[in-house]
Amino acid sequence: MDAPAHSPARHLPAASPAAEIVGVTEKQFLRFTRLYRTLHILMIVSFMSLALTGMTLKFSYTTWAVILSRLFGGFESAGYIHRFCAVLMIGLFTTHIGDLIRKRRHQYPSWGALLFGPDSMLFNKKDLEDLIGNIKWFLGKGPRPRHGRWTYWEKFDYFAVFWGIFVIGSTGMMLWFPELFTRVMPGWFLNVATIIHSDEALLAVGFIFTVHFFNTHLRPEKFPMDIVVFTGRMDLDEFKRDKPAEYEALVQSGELEAYLVDPYPPIVIRTIRAFAWTALAIGFSVVVWIIYAMLFAYR
Amino acid sequence: MTTWKRLRVFVLVMLCVAAVRAGAQENTDCLACHSDKEATGTRQGASISIFVDEATFLGSAHKEMQCVGCHTDVAGKDFPHDEDLAPVDCGTCHGDEQELHARSLHGQAMAAGDPLAPHCKDCHGNHDILPAKDPRSTVSPLQIPFTCGKCHREGAPVANRGVVHQDHILENFSESIHGEGLLKKGLIVAPNCSSCHTPHSILPHTDPASSIARANIAALCTTCHAQIEVVHRKVIKGELWEKEAHVLPACIDCHQPHKIRKVFYTQGMADQDCLVCHEKAETRASSDGRSLLVVADELRESRHAKTACSQCHSEVNASHTRPCETITKKVDCTSCHEEVGQKYLASTHGQLVASNDPNGPTCKECHGGHFVKGKQDAQSPTFPTNVPGLCARCHREGEKAAVRYNGTQHQIVEHYAESIHGKGLLKSGLTVTATCTNCHTAHSVLPKSDPTSSVNPDNVPTTCGRCHHGIQEQFEQSIHHIKVGKTDKELPVCSDCHSAHTISRADEEGFKLDIMTKCGRCHEEIAETYFDTYHGKVSQLGYTKTAKCYDCHGAHDILPPDDPRSHLSHDNVVGTCQKCHEGATRRFAGYLSHATHHDPKKYPFLFWTFWGMTSLLVGTAAFGTVHTLLWLPRAFQMRRELKEEHARKQAAAKPPQGPDGSAA
Repeated sequence: MDAPAHSPARHLPAASPAAEIVGVTEKQFLRFTRLYRTLHILMIVSFMSLALTGMTLKFSYTTWAVILSRLFGGFESAGYIHRFCAVLMIGLFTTHIGDLIRKRRHQYPSWGALLFGPDSMLFNKKDLEDLIGNIKWFLGKGPRPRHGRWTYWEKFDYFAVFWGIFVIGSTGMMLWFPELFTRVMPGWFLNVATIIHSDEALLAVGFIFTVHFFNTHLRPEKFPMDIVVFTGRMDLDEFKRDKPAEYEALVQSGELEAYLVDPYPPIVIRTIRAFAWTALAIGFSVVVWIIYAMLFAYR
Repeated sequence: MTTWKRLRVFVLVMLCVAAVRAGAQENTDCLACHSDKEATGTRQGASISIFVDEATFLGSAHKEMQCVGCHTDVAGKDFPHDEDLAPVDCGTCHGDEQELHARSLHGQAMAAGDPLAPHCKDCHGNHDILPAKDPRSTVSPLQIPFTCGKCHREGAPVANRGVVHQDHILENFSESIHGEGLLKKGLIVAPNCSSCHTPHSILPHTDPASSIARANIAALCTTCHAQIEVVHRKVIKGELWEKEAHVLPACIDCHQPHKIRKVFYTQGMADQDCLVCHEKAETRASSDGRSLLVVADELRESRHAKTACSQCHSEVNASHTRPCETITKKVDCTSCHEEVGQKYLASTHGQLVASNDPNGPTCKECHGGHFVKGKQDAQSPTFPTNVPGLCARCHREGEKAAVRYNGTQHQIVEHYAESIHGKGLLKSGLTVTATCTNCHTAHSVLPKSDPTSSVNPDNVPTTCGRCHHGIQEQFEQSIHHIKVGKTDKELPVCSDCHSAHTISRADEEGFKLDIMTKCGRCHEEIAETYFDTYHGKVSQLGYTKTAKCYDCHGAHDILPPDDPRSHLSHDNVVGTCQKCHEGATRRFAGYLSHATHHDPKKYPFLFWTFWGMTSLLVGTAAFGTVHTLLWLPRAFQMRRELKEEHARKQAAAKPPQGPDGSAA
């Protein structure tokens, strides 16, 4: 791939001395920085809390919603949790935007380089080619596309969050401060906001807990789960297989060494797996409850 | 006087005149001797004065009569005539009166030779006889009590015999309202002895021909108290008084003879006589052997302590050895309690009894028999705290009234006890709280379907309003009231929202949550759309700290929003929102609290927003699902390949350990 400069290694954790000893421990490729991992964990916590507390209202006609609401300590405390997590998520989002600005300042000469470079999250021509190529590959009509740092489905998820925070966040604010907003808007805007807020949330929950879970964590070849988003690390073999374009670019530029780190000790991995399993279980439960509510209790 | 009697009198007078002409026996001839104050004669051997005061005689009613007209055996005789004249026969002229007298107690005694039996002259006098209208007459109204009293006053020979079952007749009479009128106020129309007992036909009350016989009492008293039926209606069913005098208590059962006052008297005429038998535990009914014991103390402490046995157990006949053997009917409380009696007879309870249904409760079943107490008495089964238990005897699930019941109210006794009314009564001991009878009434108990029933939907607001008056006033102004709401649909009444027997406090969680379904029974669509909004969803989760129907619409004063008095009228709606949302403005009030996204005509914005969002959802989910499903076969293939590759690597790394690579 004709990738230009990869992000410099100085902002990545330095390889530990132990890793120098060849053969003792197999090095792993560091895909996500500590900040991103932290943000993703916080995102999981806030998103799940928002989903659970919000769904109690949306599906208030079901028994599970009533029980869940009781577990949260009633609709009022569920409301406080919901708004606290909303603020948390907006905080994550702001932190991420701040990080982008910082990155632009220190690692990229211009916004253009950041936004349209090979590591950009923005969709580009290659994504369309990859989508078509991938479908061909699914159907056995061609080889697997050589993905770069961000695949099109990862970009889709990323922008889904942007879109979701904008849509759900703005309508949520209207519902949080109805007296303030109706100083300028008609009252029925609140009704519209309610529908948008809850249906967009349903879309987010439905998508994240099924398609996102599958695409990034549950694919058969990665089953039972891919914990790269928590550890930040992936095996080099896997890296070469899944992101060949990025791998080759790093090899070419000679920066790969800078991204090689030691794996986490087993206790950390076990803890991470326990957390991930919990999140998965909650997510799947919500999906099952929603399907149950839609099929058997819909009104 | 019959013609024959008139003729006889005429002939007699003619004979006298003829005799006088013949013998010249003028009164002056008689007085020649009899005007001597010292003159004496003999009668049956005894010496008696034969003085006749001419002045007195000339002032008497018989002044026109000749002496020989009465002393007929002297007529035509020479003077001095024989002594021992025959008694004067007043019947020669006063035949009717004599006949009545002869049949009366007095006459019978006379015929029997009773020396105390009164002759005409004992009451009327002889030569000094005066017309009854003359106040000086012994038989003038004011004098009669004294004339009768000569023999019937306490201590007189007749009274001492005890044949009359009354004592202190004169004293009692003079204290009575009749005696007071006559003797103290000089009202000569006030009744004297003869007004009730008649002048000449004096007969015992046991004689059916007697003016004071039980059957004739009402007729007797009504000769003066002609309109008593009209003014006594609350106590006595008037027309029965004469038609069925044997069933009803007679006047004298309450207003005792000779003691008549404006009050009931303490002791019935024969209570002691009744207790002679009924005080004994072994007294049993001949028909079924049930005990007929009457505990006198019970009776004395009862509400009917001042009521005589015979007032309730009418038809007794005092002339029988067992006066009660003439009784054919059960006690009929309606004889006295006429007004409640009428209500009871119209009620379901009364109708059942009237149709001889064994389940029909009589008065006695609720009020008790001889120990009947007023409802203010805590021992009474009709005392408020005892009422639920009383009604439960038949209306508890499984009991005789409950098994006949086909309606929707079940476990009413248990439900009532848990309701706000039941808790107030049974736990807080508030006797003013509603018991069964406050809503269903005590005597006019009727099924809900009866338009006159107190629990008929049309009457429920009034029934509840007897206590909850302020609420009733509000409700009568509201759209739900039949006077205001103009609709062919059934309008709700108190019980439709508050229930009948499970009424709970309106400020309790249960009621607050239940009200939505209550309103929703009629306002189906609007209740459903309410549940599509935030308020409804919170309610549905089981929390009450959110707007419920009545928070916005009002409860008892509910009115359509186009009514200026409505909580949701243009002028009031912002204030209504501000009850919870302090900063609410008019725009805020434009929130659609019953919005639905299922109605494209009414709420197009919501409809299209919903479908826009749903399409986005379905589209995204469809893309994601198809992409994932297509991927799956490749992913499984990759999984297999990776496993094989892993196995190969293991085998290559550890050749001496064998192909399975079990070194780890």
